[in-house]
Amino acid sequence: MKSLLVYLKGYKKETVLAPLFKMLEASFELLVPLVVTAIIDVGIAQQDKDYILKMGMLMIALGLIGLVCSITAQFYAAKAAVGFATGLRHALFQHIQSLSFAEMDTAGTSTLITRMTSDVNQVQSGVNLVLRLFLRSPFIVFGAMIMAFTIDVQAALIFVVTIPLLSIVVFGIMLISIPLYKKVQAGLDKVLGITRENLTGMRVIRAFHKEAEETEHFVESNQALTGVQMFVGRISALMNPITYVIVNGATIALLYCGAIRVDSGILTQGNVVALVNYMSQILVELVKLANLIITVTKAMACARRLEKVFDMQSSLKEKKQETKQEENTEGNSETETEDTVVEFKKASLTYQNAGEESLSGISLKVKRGQTIGIIGGTGSGKTSLVHLIPRFYDVTKGEVLVDGRNVMDYPIRELRHKIGMVMQKAVLFQGSIRDNLLWGNEDASEEELAEALHIAQAEEFVAQKPGGMDFVLTQGAKNLSGGQKQRLTIARALVRRPEILILDDSASALDFATDAALRQAIRGMEDGPTVFIVSQRAASIQYADQIIVLDDGKVAGLGRHEELLESCSVYQEIYYSQFPKENGQNTGREAVSHG
Amino acid sequence: MDKKQMRSRQKTTIKKVLHYIRKYWFYLFLSLLLAVVTVASTLYIPVLTGYAVDDIVAKGRVDFASLFQILKSMAVVIALTALAQWIMNVCNNKITYYVVRDIREEAFRKIEILPLKYVDAHQTGEIVSRVIADADQFSDGLLMGFTQFFTGVVTILGTLLFMLSIHVGITLVVVVVTPLSLFVAAFIAKKTFTMFKLQSETRGEQTALIDEMIGNQKVVQAFSQEEKVMERFDEINRRLQTCSLRAIFFSSITNPATRFVNGLVYTGVGIVGAFTAMRGGISVGQLACFLSYANQYTKPFNEISGVVTELQNALACAARLFELIEEEPQIPEPENAVALKEVKGHVELNQVGFSYVPDKKLIEDLSLDVAPGQRVAIVGPTGCGKTTVINLLMRFYDVDTGSIRVEGQDIRDVTRKSLRENYGMVLQETWLKAGTIRENIIMGKPDATDEEIREAAMATHAHSFIKRLPDGYDTYIGEDGGSLSQGQKQLLCITRVMLCLPPMLILDEATSSIDTRTELKIQEAFARLMKGKTSFIVAHRLSTIREADMILVMKDGKIIEQGNHESLLAKGGFYAKLYQSQFVHS
Repeated sequence: MKSLLVYLKGYKKETVLAPLFKMLEASFELLVPLVVTAIIDVGIAQQDKDYILKMGMLMIALGLIGLVCSITAQFYAAKAAVGFATGLRHALFQHIQSLSFAEMDTAGTSTLITRMTSDVNQVQSGVNLVLRLFLRSPFIVFGAMIMAFTIDVQAALIFVVTIPLLSIVVFGIMLISIPLYKKVQAGLDKVLGITRENLTGMRVIRAFHKEAEETEHFVESNQALTGVQMFVGRISALMNPITYVIVNGATIALLYCGAIRVDSGILTQGNVVALVNYMSQILVELVKLANLIITVTKAMACARRLEKVFDMQSSLKEKKQETKQEENTEGNSETETEDTVVEFKKASLTYQNAGEESLSGISLKVKRGQTIGIIGGTGSGKTSLVHLIPRFYDVTKGEVLVDGRNVMDYPIRELRHKIGMVMQKAVLFQGSIRDNLLWGNEDASEEELAEALHIAQAEEFVAQKPGGMDFVLTQGAKNLSGGQKQRLTIARALVRRPEILILDDSASALDFATDAALRQAIRGMEDGPTVFIVSQRAASIQYADQIIVLDDGKVAGLGRHEELLESCSVYQEIYYSQFPKENGQNTGREAVSHG
Repeated sequence: MDKKQMRSRQKTTIKKVLHYIRKYWFYLFLSLLLAVVTVASTLYIPVLTGYAVDDIVAKGRVDFASLFQILKSMAVVIALTALAQWIMNVCNNKITYYVVRDIREEAFRKIEILPLKYVDAHQTGEIVSRVIADADQFSDGLLMGFTQFFTGVVTILGTLLFMLSIHVGITLVVVVVTPLSLFVAAFIAKKTFTMFKLQSETRGEQTALIDEMIGNQKVVQAFSQEEKVMERFDEINRRLQTCSLRAIFFSSITNPATRFVNGLVYTGVGIVGAFTAMRGGISVGQLACFLSYANQYTKPFNEISGVVTELQNALACAARLFELIEEEPQIPEPENAVALKEVKGHVELNQVGFSYVPDKKLIEDLSLDVAPGQRVAIVGPTGCGKTTVINLLMRFYDVDTGSIRVEGQDIRDVTRKSLRENYGMVLQETWLKAGTIRENIIMGKPDATDEEIREAAMATHAHSFIKRLPDGYDTYIGEDGGSLSQGQKQLLCITRVMLCLPPMLILDEATSSIDTRTELKIQEAFARLMKGKTSFIVAHRLSTIREADMILVMKDGKIIEQGNHESLLAKGGFYAKLYQSQFVHS
């Protein structure tokens, strides 16, 4: 919680003034019973009409001042809380954006989204309430007690006993029920889990006619949830009756004690009325305080979660500006002589919290304009390998060079600008097709966009959309098919005319013909990029200049198709599983002759 | 008009809610009764306090005997009130939680018999939120309604009665000034409504942006768009700050403002009461009693207006739940539905016509005769509607025209259970339930022995990875397979079918998400599974397609070609093109 308070810094004045004005209002409220006492003891006793009217005016004046104070306080509190939340949201969003892939993987996007939205809102209302009530309620509780002391010490002792007693009951019940509410939440989560499972797995459940069993399972969990709810309910149902008994018991004591004191002439009748009034004020405020504490506990929990997000630091460190400049020239000269675009030097990668290396000792040199095929099983490290090039992850051993310069020596932006990345999952954003393509390069001309679409085999379907490139994609581009989305993500990467184009299994939703046409078009590009193709399909990478066969994070084979087919057992296994051995080659020829 | 409709809708919803409550009429009756008791005795306490104050006049003028009597009866009334309050709370809890439990259960039962059409057309999250969030909100609203609405109304009436019984004039002061506080509250609520709407709209806008950008942060970073995204975020954030401040500030005026009006009431009662007391119209004790009434008289009004919005919200939630509950279930089985027996795997499709939406025909006049043991491959580009055929065969959807027959019997005339029992289905989208590996495997055959389970797992090559898991077959896997890999999940799904070995199979070959080695194992497992069985395969793999007895070629949801590999190649149509494209090279 503490570290988040920085975001209140710009609102120092408001943070101090809000509770202050609240206290002011509370003090005026505390004066009211005294005025009533005066009306009874002076006004009524002496039959003084003017005095009563004067006191009435005084009460209205007190109310008015209270109102002004209170509104002022509310304004400052709201201003501080909203400003706090705005600053917090800004900082949080910026922070999340700075996190690297490694942290995003561990944190999980849906969690981060919850942090950004509901958690921040909770903290905001927490701050708002604290500013408004945290001083006010205790102030009234103790203020009422102090006022009681000014009236009569002996009667005030009843307050001294009652207040702790009430606090014990109110906070005790809260302390008992808060962990129980967590249990309720757990029960609810379970019911939710079953419901979701039954919806996502409906086909399987029906195929195995498990409906009755699942219903039984649901009824059980639902009943368990109801049970816990009832239990908690019964405990919190005690709160009102018990506090009621305590406060009214105290009132009886006050009346009794007051009677004796009045009888002996120490107190007046009006004093007794004032004491009773103070007692009822205490109850109201204590209940408010209890509710406040619940909200604050919730907000604190949210704040702690937010702090955890802030504690995550991007594991990618950017090099300082100056060192970069020197190495840049150095790098360039190297590039010119060798013309090696990408080089892996014994690169290894171990993911956070993972025991084993996901990539180990990868060495590879890629010349400008080459096409590199990367093939291997799931989890063999294909995606990890290409993710090292734009520095989505840092190698744990070895190094990766782009244009002869270690990727860690680049400003990240500069490095990534060289690369056109097409990820496995085709992600597009709400907005027109043009907006999406411009992500690749803001300054791209209309012709450049059209060309990118052409190469990505997307020209035809974009032209068919109403408005062409102005066709607006809905969130998640739900108004496009999977294949269309993939082609647009490829076009987006091409728009930046990248030196290096990475296609990470990004043709999976394309049929073979489109896939082939796409590869052909990329090859035909002028000053074509160096292309990395990750694929499960042997056909997609068969004609690459170099094929890397990955197995369990290690290079199992490196070379051209024919070489690998002879020497690499893993490659053979993959290839023949897709093109059966006996007639794989034959059918190929046969098919070509058909075409 | 609109309002009228809404109101009538609300009315019907209330009726439905009452229908559920009726089961717990005893608790309801008790709760209402106790509410009256609680309120009456709560209101009686200030009267008694007033009497007590009147016994304490001044020095030497304290009537101790009478005071003791009053204090004694106060103690009794307090105890009674507390007890009644507690029992009432418990009753309210019971009614609320039981009613919500019942509604939730009914909603779930409905889900189990909903046609797949409904589920496919609605987002899972949306249906889940009805059963969980809406039900929860409804229960909160209902509970609040019970605890505060009714007691609130009774308190207002009771207070009026008590005040009238003491003094009519002063009561009038209270009654006349109080509406002012309600008016102020209503005025503020009305003024702030549009502010809150703007706030929630802006919030929604921001959440959408957050959702999109953080959800796809990898892409944002790959294209170095962080700064631009931040700009967009800040723009919305600034707007949100402005409208949030307005909404929060203006709505927070409500409390001080009503408190001020309450203060006016209090003062009014103080002055008028004091004048009356001077004239001897009331005693000082009665004045104290009036003051405490004046203090709490407006409270229930404010509470009620809060509860009313809460209740309206709860009713809206309930309406959404009822919508789900009243959804048309799947066509019930005819009473004389028979169980399919001795199925060998003869499947016929006679002139089947089907479409998801009436004006977009998908399958027209599809006829197919599949002999026992034959293999049918369904091929076509992704998203062409290959699953439609699965939907029809399993009777997840019913055909529009024509019929599907198994062993000569129309599948609409047999029990769903027996039809589905005879199919083994392995979908590409693997689905496992949260539970142990064993529980997942025995779904189709709950009484399988350990030996049988192991044999099935061996046959599908799943055994080797299962035995390496921490608890072997008793390893608990979380929702949707937990940490298992896609291939492992697929193997489990195949094992599940392997264990019951039905005569007909529906298989969906995986595309790219599975690694080649596991894929080989899966292929082998499929082959073993298919031996001698009638099978329908959504195929991606050349070998599968080539070996099929019949190939259905689909495009845009329609079956456009039909035949075996050779005849289709000879035809030189779409299939031939699709087939050859794999070998095209520049």
